[in-house]
Amino acid sequence: MTISTLIFYFISAFTLVMAFLAVTSRQIFRSAIYLLFSMMGVAALYFWLQMEFIAAVQIVVYVGGIVVLIIFSIFLTHKVGSDLPEPTYTRTLFAGLATLLAFALVWSVVKRNEFFSDQFLNELNVKQIGADMLNYQEGGFILPFEVVSILLLAAMIGCIVIALKLKPEKI
Amino acid sequence: MEIGLHQLLFLSTALFFIGVYGFLTRRNMITMLMAIELMLNALNINFVAFNKYLWGGKLDGIFFTIFVIAIAAAEAAVAIAIIINIYRNYSSIDVEDADNLNL
Repeated sequence: MTISTLIFYFISAFTLVMAFLAVTSRQIFRSAIYLLFSMMGVAALYFWLQMEFIAAVQIVVYVGGIVVLIIFSIFLTHKVGSDLPEPTYTRTLFAGLATLLAFALVWSVVKRNEFFSDQFLNELNVKQIGADMLNYQEGGFILPFEVVSILLLAAMIGCIVIALKLKPEKI
Repeated sequence: MEIGLHQLLFLSTALFFIGVYGFLTRRNMITMLMAIELMLNALNINFVAFNKYLWGGKLDGIFFTIFVIAIAAAEAAVAIAIIINIYRNYSSIDVEDADNLNL
């Protein structure tokens, strides 16, 4: 067993444990912090896969953006220190049972499948990503790029419109 | 033992179903949103792993991952705007309490 293998198992165990704590913790703020560590574990996994660009995007967008946004909304909507209510016993039981069965089904299919390939991506070329992103010929990604930019603009305007508090006389 | 695609797929499947478990048991909107983020992360791992191990000549999986991350950010922002608006009207963000769309 090499060091690389050990590091992989450590990262995976860390990510899964933190994710499990994030969905079971009774204190919502702790839950958000566990989610943050789980995201950092996924970023570490991308570093392990030598996908440095994706790891950087993961840290910037998820850890720096989404988790901070979630923590802000927790502060806006919760009294700090109050616990979440315990889910009912039947709901936990059936959710756990359904999840375990679905996991067993999916994993049994994946495990039996053999993957063959001789192509292996050794390093991620960021220059190539930039060139493909703006390539309007065959195999380029300019259309999804533009669609995502419109989507982000629409989401921004939508957020402002939804969260806007109108003064009573203006309605 | 060499780490291959199967170990990565086990990790992403487990992470996805942890997210599903959280989505089914939680009744608080912010924690449900967190469970959705976990599921999106799991499928990003899948895209990156398949691109690295099976289609090394192309970068399609990388592009899908980048677009999924961008859309997840937009989705989280809109969801949190809706949650804050619901909190303003119901003083609660439990999904059982928000039973009326027509305010």
